[in-house]
Parts: sequence; C-alpha cells; structure tokens
Amino acid sequence: MAAPPVKSIARQAGRLHPLPVRIMHWTNAVAIFIMIGSGWKIYNDDVLFGFLHFPDAVVIGKWAQYGLQWHFFGMWIFVINGLAYLIYGIATGRFRQKLFPLSLREILVTVGDALRFRLAHDDLTHYNAVQKILYLGIMAVGVLIVISGLALWKPVQFSELASLFGNFQTIRLVHFFCMSAIVAFLVVHVTLALLVPKSLAAMLTGGPAVDDKPAAADAATEATP
Amino acid sequence: MFRTRTPSLFRPQKPIDQRVLTQHRALVDDINRRGLLRGAISLGALTLLTGCDVTEEEPVQKALRAVSAWNDRVQAAMFRPDHLAPTFSAAEVVKPPRFNAYYDIEDVKPVSGATWKLELAGRIDDKRPWTAQQLYALPEQEIIIRHICVEGWDYIGQWSGVNLKSFLQQVGADLTAKYVYFHCADDYTESIDMAAALHPQTILATRYANEPIADPFGYPLRLRTSTKLGYKNAKWIKAIEVTNSFTETFWSKQGFNWFAGI
Repeated sequence: MAAPPVKSIARQAGRLHPLPVRIMHWTNAVAIFIMIGSGWKIYNDDVLFGFLHFPDAVVIGKWAQYGLQWHFFGMWIFVINGLAYLIYGIATGRFRQKLFPLSLREILVTVGDALRFRLAHDDLTHYNAVQKILYLGIMAVGVLIVISGLALWKPVQFSELASLFGNFQTIRLVHFFCMSAIVAFLVVHVTLALLVPKSLAAMLTGGPAVDDKPAAADAATEATP
Repeated sequence: MFRTRTPSLFRPQKPIDQRVLTQHRALVDDINRRGLLRGAISLGALTLLTGCDVTEEEPVQKALRAVSAWNDRVQAAMFRPDHLAPTFSAAEVVKPPRFNAYYDIEDVKPVSGATWKLELAGRIDDKRPWTAQQLYALPEQEIIIRHICVEGWDYIGQWSGVNLKSFLQQVGADLTAKYVYFHCADDYTESIDMAAALHPQTILATRYANEPIADPFGYPLRLRTSTKLGYKNAKWIKAIEVTNSFTETFWSKQGFNWFAGI
C-alpha cells in the first residue's frame, strides 16, 4: 500500500489523516497535557489514596489556584475540540470506516498476534482489532471523564447527574480512574507511535494517500455492510 | 485550606548544570539514535525546564484570570435559582464539622457574642445593627447539606439560622443589587451574587446540629449556602453589605474562582 500512488483514479484521493483530524489530534494532545498536569495538582490538595501524591515536578500550577485555573481553562479546549471530533467522525463516516466492523474473532486473533509481537504495521490505513477497541474505548473514557467532571464541577446544579454516581467522593474516583485509563492509553499510544515513526509522521503530514472509500483492496474481507 | 505554600522540594532552585550533559555527549548521542528513547528523554527534559515556569508569568496569569472571569459568567448562566441541593438525614451529620481557614484551628480568635454586632451597609434601608439575641429571635430554617471544599473533601453538615432572603427583605435590602458582601472578624471577605443570596438554601447560620456554632466554625454568625464551594461561606460575619460594585475577595484576589458555584 505504501509505494505506488493509486490516486490516478477518478475521485481525488484524500490523506490517511485529513487536515481536520490532524488539527484536532494535536489540539487534543495539548488539552490532555493541560488537563492531566493541572488535575494532578488539584488531586494533591486532598489525595484520594494516601500512597499517591504527584511530585511537584510533574504537575501544572505551582499553587492550587493555578492548577484550578489551568484545569478550568483546559476543559474548554478539551470539550469543544472533543465534540468537534465526535461530530466530524460521525458525520464524515470516518468512525464507521476506521473502527467498524469489529468482530470478536478478529479481536482474539489480533490479541494473540500482539502478544507474540507479530502485528504488522506496514499498512497505516487499516486499524487492527486491538487498535479499534483501544480507540473506541478511549473515546468512551473521554466522554465519561467529561461527564464525571461536569458532575464534580456542578454537583448541585446537576444534582440529577451527580446522583447517578453516588456520593461526591465516588465522582472523584470515577474522574480519577478515567484519568488513569487515559494515562495508560497514552503510554501505549506514544510508545507505539515512537516504535513505528511513520505513524507519528503521518499524524503530522497527513500520511499516505487513501481512497475516500475504506482501504479498498486489503480490507475487502471486512467491507462495510 | 491553602496553608502549604512552601516552594517545591522537587524543583531545583537554580538552573540545571549543563556540564554533565556535555561530558557525556557521546553517550547521549548514542541514546538519541534509539528512536524510542528519544521521545522519553525529551519528555523528561521538558519537566526539568524550570527556568520558565509558564504558570508564574504575568501574561499567562492575566489570561487565565480572564478565563476564570468568563467562567463566572458561564456559572451564573447555568445557575438554577429554585433548584434545591440534595439534603440528608440527621444521622449522616458529621460532628463537629470540618475546620478550614487560611490559618490553623489553634489560631482562631473567638468572637465575643455579648459585644458582637452585625453591621449592615450599602443598599439597605434599615441599617441598624443587630445583636446576637435579636438574630436568634428570628424564624429559623434548618438545612442538612453537603459542604464541598475546593480541595476535594466534603462532609454533611446540619445548619440552622435565618434564611438570608427573608433577612434581606426584612432590612429592606435592594434585592436587585448584584452582590452581597460579607466582612469577617478575621479580616476575611467573601461575596456572593444576588441569585445565590436569594436561593432557598442560603442562610445566616447561628447553630450547628442544634447547638450554637462553636468558635472555629464561625460563632456567632456565618453564611451557609448549598450552592457554593466551602470558601464562599464566610465565618464570623461582622458586616453585610449589599452593593452593585465588584471588589475582589480574600481568595479571588489570589486567583481562586470568584463565583465558585457547585
């Protein structure tokens, strides 16, 4: 898929990562960086776990109020950008193309391959089942961290929402575990991006040209219904 | 609440000494060749860039405070004037309540209830001061609500006292004014927007769990509202002012969000 450009087909071929996706990806990266760093600062003021205190060197904001200011600034970027991404992904059919269909058998096979380090990364345009699961999962976590964040910020104005979680400390826990899941995702995501540098390059330059339709030839087995 | 303001133990006070890096240039270059490590190292180096702590710089602080002021407006727009906060049973009440101030509990200077008076100022018709006894004689409202501190902790408290809206009506306050300010015996100041002041669960509390409020928690008079973070609930109130002009308060001066709605 890499070498010979197949774009002499009638329809103008797009890039693997169209410009809006790249802009939203890096905007999100900045927002996540702000939210996690400042969130850790806020966490430190009243820790949930006695053994866990984030060192000052990794938090954003020297004092509590600075951490809070960053968090309540970053939330706008994270939420607005995230909403734009979800709307874009759904409206353009990108999610449907990239993340579905998803079969249990495919997941099991890919997990097996991954554990034996036999995953192929030659084709950036095609997500394997583990990638699909991870991307879908992290989007769900992103939605939950916003919902729990809203409940934390406004437990009285949105008391109906807050009550779904139980008490106030439960909301904090949910918010915290969502953060943990994002951090875990980031470790894998960044590691893999560095192991396969062309995937990182693709998120900057747009990557290989692809047909507007789902990766045609080699994904034929799982063509959209 | 915000007592610990010591400089970081983890952050070097001086810029990083570059000699180590120069001496081990070859090794660093070798490591640099390994693609995976390159990212990790630059990430580590980022955290060591202590020379420029962006959050401390004036323009950044100005911008962040502008966002915080914008968030005040968003919160005011989100506010539901008649929406009640969840209430709890007497069995869930924590006794005594949890202490918090800008100093330690040992440093609390008790207010003498016998000589204390509540002064009234600003857009209020009847500015005669109130004694504690006069206040106790007013009809009492009890609320058992959750106190949420900006730090993250919370507890259930049982507060009684006169409803702030009825008190403001009784003294002929201008209920269309924008703010209600509280000036406190410990030089603390707080203010809330009029909508929060008129909320049904906003009271001038004189008692906690059916006992007079103890000294550390604001005797003889403090604010309790279900719609704001802990620090908005002024203790040891000595004057109430109704006004249209905004002045920064104790914590907002230091960069905490002024509206602080929950």
